[in-house]
Amino acid sequence: MSRPRAAAGRDMACALRAEWTKLRTLPGAGWLALGGIASTVAVSAMVSAALSCTSSAGCHPDLTRLSLTGTEAGQAVVAIAAVLAVGGEYGTGMIAATLTAMPRRVTMLAAKAAVVTGLTLAAGTVAVLGCLLAGRLILPGHGYTPATGYPDLSLADPVVLRAAAGTVLYLALIALLSLGVATALREPAAAMGAVLGLLYLFPILGQVAGSPGMARHIEQAGPMTAGLEIQASTGLNGLPIGPWAGLGVLAAWAAAALLAGGTLLRRRDA
Amino acid sequence: MTATITPAHSGSRAGRDGSGRVLRAEWTKFRTVRGWVIAMVVAAAVTAGVGLWAASGPQAGCQPVGPAGPAGPPVACRPARPVGPGGEAVSDRFYFVHRTLHGNGSITARVTALAGRYSPGGGIPAGPDPAAGLTAGIQPWAKAGILVKAGTTPGSAYAAVLVTGGHGVRMQYDYTHDAPGLGGRVSAASPRWLRLVRSGDTLTGYDSADGRHWTRVGSAVLAGLPAAAQAGLFVASPPRVTAENAGPSLATAVFDHVSLPGAETRGGWGGATIGAGSRYPALPGRFHAAGGVFTVSGSGDIAPAGPGPAGLGKPGDDGLAGAFAGLIVVVVVGAMFMTAEYRRGLIAVTFAASPGRGRVLAAKAVVIGSASFAAGLAGAAPVVLVGAHLLRAHGNYVFPVSALTQVRVVAGTAALLAVAAVLALAVGTILRHGAGAITAVVALTAVAYFFSAPLAVLPPGAADWLLRVTPAAGFAVQQEVPAYPQVSNAYLPQYGYYPLAPWAGFAVLCGWAALALGLAAVLLRRRDA
Repeated sequence: MSRPRAAAGRDMACALRAEWTKLRTLPGAGWLALGGIASTVAVSAMVSAALSCTSSAGCHPDLTRLSLTGTEAGQAVVAIAAVLAVGGEYGTGMIAATLTAMPRRVTMLAAKAAVVTGLTLAAGTVAVLGCLLAGRLILPGHGYTPATGYPDLSLADPVVLRAAAGTVLYLALIALLSLGVATALREPAAAMGAVLGLLYLFPILGQVAGSPGMARHIEQAGPMTAGLEIQASTGLNGLPIGPWAGLGVLAAWAAAALLAGGTLLRRRDA
Repeated sequence: MTATITPAHSGSRAGRDGSGRVLRAEWTKFRTVRGWVIAMVVAAAVTAGVGLWAASGPQAGCQPVGPAGPAGPPVACRPARPVGPGGEAVSDRFYFVHRTLHGNGSITARVTALAGRYSPGGGIPAGPDPAAGLTAGIQPWAKAGILVKAGTTPGSAYAAVLVTGGHGVRMQYDYTHDAPGLGGRVSAASPRWLRLVRSGDTLTGYDSADGRHWTRVGSAVLAGLPAAAQAGLFVASPPRVTAENAGPSLATAVFDHVSLPGAETRGGWGGATIGAGSRYPALPGRFHAAGGVFTVSGSGDIAPAGPGPAGLGKPGDDGLAGAFAGLIVVVVVGAMFMTAEYRRGLIAVTFAASPGRGRVLAAKAVVIGSASFAAGLAGAAPVVLVGAHLLRAHGNYVFPVSALTQVRVVAGTAALLAVAAVLALAVGTILRHGAGAITAVVALTAVAYFFSAPLAVLPPGAADWLLRVTPAAGFAVQQEVPAYPQVSNAYLPQYGYYPLAPWAGFAVLCGWAALALGLAAVLLRRRDA
């Protein structure tokens, strides 16, 4: 009984090492990680710098969310990285070698998911800290000072900590969602289109929905609209969905995508 | 085989045949990949589906307004707006002190003061006297002046010479026309003399600072102006519009030296609120005349109307939001049309068969552009043709749009998809990487929606800038109701206004596509396949 379990554990360790080596040695991997961090922080810094709080009417109420705006740009890079982690193998035919070396397909997918998630968590943490630092440095210069009722952004504030940690988790879940979609569709370009459509379509549908109630339901269901509520720090009662519940919706989307990808991976020819 | 049968033709017509053959080859490649053809059908279906879904959902109806702003759930209604002589929706609500002017003649008046008050919080202030809760301040486009109008029906033809709160003297007629006269604010020390002269269907406006030296401001031809027109003094003050709300305002003007020389008039002066039955956010007006001095208060506007926080009516192009979903699909196919060849190694065969690489790229652009145009046409036409009817059937107000504008919106949306697909093809050729190309193109166009949504965190200035320089500028081609400089409104993308004119915005997108195609052609020639 213990031998197969040990063997399975060894399989997983091998798979993890193999996937990590593949991801690490991709020529664009480092640039993708750097690009993701840079675009996230840059968009956040630009948005922070574009705002000014001179009259009370023009002040943005939610500085935490504001300083994490770059997530909307960074998630696209996370999605590409995750799509390429599996889609790239189908593109080059590498997948045949991978599955020959590692016939347990679900183990392979789990190892890929673990490696991609780990990398996203690491890069996401750097990006989120960069965003908050940018906000903390830039916003006081634009009128958001403790004197006007806006204390400095600090991770000691539990709400800011929840938003920051939640944003890192959000990015990791986007990676898993993209990985699942790419495994199911196999074609990286189509997978990328599907992921972007899934993310961006819901806010657009919410915007044109006939009634506010319908718009609210759409925002509750969308992976991006619901997931990003984790960044809210004020007006929690007015949100279409609570912060953690929203992240749960995204997690459900990611789980469904991985399940679909895993099932198809087991059933289909590579 | 072919060469041995027709040797004479192949030599003389190689150039044209070459292009035709490449085009046919690319068309065959496109047509025979089932996924791409299905994707084009999907692009059309989602564009139409989202639009019709948005138009047929449970709609808001009319929002009852109580003393403290919106009150209670929306109720079913058939809202309407007056329509101007040009067929456009207009606001026509103001206070008019008038008498009937028969035949040719003129009207002259001097304005010595114009002051205003507004509701700062949006909505009509609570209490028995709504005007008591107002803050002092004149709206830049508050208007007071002389007016000759075909009748008292809202939407009827008119010409006016007027002073404004912040834009000097203007001559305006038939809602959309506006010409500047003397600048500066009006006061007792610096009054403004205004004159309108009717000669047949032509009305000519003059202004003067002293009543002796007159300057012509402009003239208007009001076709079919009846012999018995209404002439007199009017005051209007449009709501103070912010991005979120619109609060009604009231302006009060003082007139003297009022005369209608050479005019055949009957009856005395009578005051009335024109368009009082409309749902326009306005306050009651009044007038008082003593010793030749008329003090007139009015609220409302005589101007073209458009979607915005001030009034009812959805932006006409709301339903075309589905075009964004269609755009993602054609962008995926556009990028793959090139990158799939690199993936499969087919590119080597393609270039062996037709060594003119620029020609191959051009042929691909024509094929994917045409297919996307067709998909866009099939998707946008039902939305524009049926969407407005569905919205009206559900009790919504939809701004009237000319058939020419509808054609532009449908063809423009189709062209938007076509050019976006060509841009994706070019970026795909440059990057030789499908996922990267798709992300770049979608991210660049997605900003249109992300920075124009009501939740947008960017200040309007920055969002405007993005919609001017990114490929997202192309969405301007969907704008149905124009923005007018002489009307204060929140001219924001969420209300259907874009910072660039429709074709200018589309030209920005075309510029991106042309630039990318040029770079792609150079790289194709320089690089190994």
